[in-house]
Amino acid sequence: MNYVLIGNSTAATYAIEGIRSVDKEGSITVISEESCPAYGKPLISYYLYGKVDTAHLDYRTPAFYERMGVTLMLGEKATKIDAKKRTVLLASGKKVPYDKLLVATGSRPFLPPMEGLDRVEEKFTFMTMEDARALEQALSPQKKVLIVGAGLIGLKCLEGILDRVGGVTVVDTAPRILPSILDEEGALIVQRFLEERGVTFLLGDAAASLEARCAHLKSGKSVEFDILVVAAGVRPNVELVKEAGGDVNRGIAVNDRQETSIENVYAAGDNCESYDLAAKETRILAILPNAAQQGLVAGCCMAGGNAHFAGGIPVNAIGFFGLHVATAGVYVGESYVERSGNSYKKLFYSDNVLKGYILVDKIERAGIYTSLIRDMVPLDSIDFERVKHDPVLMAFPRETRIEKLSGGRR
Amino acid sequence: MKRIYVREEWCLGCHLCEYECAFACSGEKNMVHALKGKSIHPRIRVEDGTGIHFAVNCRHCTDMPCVKGCIAGALSRDEHGMVVIDKNKCVGCYTCVTLCPYGAIMPDGEGKAAQKCMLCTDNGLTEPNCVKHCPNNAIVFEDRG
Amino acid sequence: MIPFFVYPEYEVVRDYDRCISCRVCERQCANEVHAYDEKLGKMVADNTKCVNCHRCVCLCPTHALKIKKSEDTYKINANWDNALITEVHRQADTGGVLLSSMGNPKPYPVYWDKMLVNASQVTNPSIDPLREPMETTVFLGKKTANVVRDANGKIKDTMSPQLKLKTPILFSAMSYGSISYNAHESLARAAEELGIYYNTGEGGLHRDFYKYGKNTIVQVASGRFGVHSEYLETAAAIEIKMGQGAKPGIGGHLPGAKITDEVSNTRMIPKGVDAISPAPHHDIYSIEDLRQLIFSLKEATAYKKPVIVKIAAVHNVAAIASGIARSGADILAIDGYRGGTGAAPTRIRDNVGIPIELALASVDQRLREEGIRDNVSVVAAGSIRSSGDLVKAIALGADACYIGSAALLALGCHLCRSCHAGKCNWGIATQVPELVKRLNPEIGSKRLVNLVHAWTHELQEMMGGMGINSIEALRGNRLMLRGIGLTEKELSVLGIRHAGE
Repeated sequence: MNYVLIGNSTAATYAIEGIRSVDKEGSITVISEESCPAYGKPLISYYLYGKVDTAHLDYRTPAFYERMGVTLMLGEKATKIDAKKRTVLLASGKKVPYDKLLVATGSRPFLPPMEGLDRVEEKFTFMTMEDARALEQALSPQKKVLIVGAGLIGLKCLEGILDRVGGVTVVDTAPRILPSILDEEGALIVQRFLEERGVTFLLGDAAASLEARCAHLKSGKSVEFDILVVAAGVRPNVELVKEAGGDVNRGIAVNDRQETSIENVYAAGDNCESYDLAAKETRILAILPNAAQQGLVAGCCMAGGNAHFAGGIPVNAIGFFGLHVATAGVYVGESYVERSGNSYKKLFYSDNVLKGYILVDKIERAGIYTSLIRDMVPLDSIDFERVKHDPVLMAFPRETRIEKLSGGRR
Repeated sequence: MKRIYVREEWCLGCHLCEYECAFACSGEKNMVHALKGKSIHPRIRVEDGTGIHFAVNCRHCTDMPCVKGCIAGALSRDEHGMVVIDKNKCVGCYTCVTLCPYGAIMPDGEGKAAQKCMLCTDNGLTEPNCVKHCPNNAIVFEDRG
Repeated sequence: MIPFFVYPEYEVVRDYDRCISCRVCERQCANEVHAYDEKLGKMVADNTKCVNCHRCVCLCPTHALKIKKSEDTYKINANWDNALITEVHRQADTGGVLLSSMGNPKPYPVYWDKMLVNASQVTNPSIDPLREPMETTVFLGKKTANVVRDANGKIKDTMSPQLKLKTPILFSAMSYGSISYNAHESLARAAEELGIYYNTGEGGLHRDFYKYGKNTIVQVASGRFGVHSEYLETAAAIEIKMGQGAKPGIGGHLPGAKITDEVSNTRMIPKGVDAISPAPHHDIYSIEDLRQLIFSLKEATAYKKPVIVKIAAVHNVAAIASGIARSGADILAIDGYRGGTGAAPTRIRDNVGIPIELALASVDQRLREEGIRDNVSVVAAGSIRSSGDLVKAIALGADACYIGSAALLALGCHLCRSCHAGKCNWGIATQVPELVKRLNPEIGSKRLVNLVHAWTHELQEMMGGMGINSIEALRGNRLMLRGIGLTEKELSVLGIRHAGE
């Protein structure tokens, strides 16, 4: 069996492990645009922040590819899938035949239309290690930075560079920071915390036009900068599948075995859709744990194994200078709130299940809440009053608790 | 693989395991040196209820949500099936904390990386210290398959 | 009226250089002695609540704790000692009978410590128990089988039922109620593993423990608690408790607080109501009455189980024993005045009864003189503290010994003598679930097995040293004992010679 994987990040790595859990023999080829082995994509901000050095970037040990019998084709861009001939065409002109193909191409930065963007000399996006290294080259303590986008990527970039530049301003069209994961109150805590460290936020505003070193905002304000970072969201890389005739909605449509509508072609990771167990709808869940699980399922199924991806829930952990935020699920239904100082907890529940949570500076044992959401544990089957205050296993009935803690091994 | 199991019917809630864990992980030879005047950050935590107590630490589960969620590849399963963390790789994003259904992985004392029970293999002990010092055999180290 | 303040008898001494404020002491003290003082930022102790059970001392991970005898004292008085003065004050405060637990702690002579054991030299060889057989198995029961033949001339088995013990030790009667479920389970499991017996006391037998029936002696006492036909049938032997060494002449009193659902079911008495065992059996006013009960029990169990009669060692013990030996009982258990208890009036415990050493010697002597020694086996009880006491007891005439306090010590008891308070920090003398849990029977039974194995090894060593290779040959062999520092009268009661003679 000849397995070909396009992309070499989390989903692809887990797909390799998934394939090898079933098929120890088949050949595995990985095609990656990037010229380095797999690394955790979110590490790039930690790299700039100095929390991880080049030596520890690898997502797997250097021996991984050899041990797994993987042929790496680095710096190669796949341009077309010929589903009939079961071949992937590369920009270099090479053709790579496959029996089973995984499209794990992730996503790319979205560049909103901004007049004058081409006039900006030092402009960056923040998705890959290459982006991070390029940005790093430009950093200096004298320079001012404007980040367009106060989402997860923009703010992690902020953390990475804040102490290495002369000031950072963040502009976002949304009225609050981290709008995809925080409510107003939570966002305000994080915003205040970052403002205390000297960050300027311009929210509910957007760059209408750009000059080389100045942005004119819709509000009429102007922001001077030396470096521009555009982190205004991402778009899934669905084109390969779409052009090959595969079903694509917002992301690539897959079934619970991660199969696309094209025979022998699978997809996993940020480029495809999955079922959100909390929101009860199919959408792109672009988070790393999801990519890992989908990759594993895809790999296993490609090799003829039996695995299913039942869906996931959005879970995000993000921290800034020691202030940690954890969120999960959807924010609907009744809520329970605890706050003191910088710490903030909000739980959302309805229909007898926990639907979501926001935790700021109070993240210990958050996984217990996550499991309540994911497993849709009926709240009347546990001591929810205690759980609200304290995520503890004690809240589960004795039998469940013992089953959990013994992992079925009595 | 031998795992740590807690038998709640015998757990007294004395919390000795937490201190023995913190001691074992301190690298000190003397518990007083290791723990006096310090707040502890054990990898095993006791939950207290009315008349019920039990300690919780990493189950080394086969599901491994922490490993799958790790953004740095710092968490992995070793050849024996033990879930291990490479502190040099961990960046302290705590995604694992939000994924562990047991609440058994947590920020370390310095708040810089995650920490979890590695059965005292990282402390150079042949038997987990919590197991060795549990006064009521509530914590056992067994291979239950 | 405010009671007089009594300065605590013991003080908790904390080495603050070692204390790491882990609060294990606080969590483990049911008496709430220890607490973390937020204002002071350190652990503190309220000595007035301390019973000196050493739970905190044992569990402190840095060994930062010890308990010291308080130096506070009234003006020294050889007649009115501190304890007496305090007790008078306390009674003046409350008007109540003083209660105590475990055995008599008063400095009466301990005869075990005034007897020495013989060893072989030159003229008779000692035996190495590691190389040669050393029999510690004993059979308890009547040894008075007559030779009777059937119609075909074959010898009929007329042997009375016997209890086989792999080593001459039994666990004393301790009721479920006075001790915990887990303590009972520990005793039962250990007895099974050791091939010996434990005794239910007057608390009935919990259904869960019927499976240990082959190693169980069930007690029938004056309150008849928990007695029914299945209870009797399950057991290996039945003991009629006439008296108890710690409180001869009085009955028992289990406070209602200890009568939980389980205890109430097992004892077949109402929950939460004090359980009173009458001082006498109201159907026994004579040896003839006792005989009726013995045979009622034998009849109920088809004469398959030995019946033990247990009495407290009192002044006329030899004459009483003689009566019991003629009453149809198979085994006579004598409980000395140092025997333990879960609760007894202090004055009774400390002033009533006689030492087991003297009682045992006089009973054995009397039964021999009357030619009825083989009518019964004799079990000695009431503070057998070591294998040394055990050897001496056998040499004085015991077939085996009950151990109670020693067994509890093995389970963790530190003889704080506060059983009656029901808050035993070691999970032994309590029914509080949180405390009962502290005694894991896996550990408890293992510790009991270790103790009895250790004593058995020592017993074998001492027997070997004497050149004796079976309990049979040691039993009543008073030539193996010599007294030290004893009067002529004491030597004569003990039936032994003085050292050097």
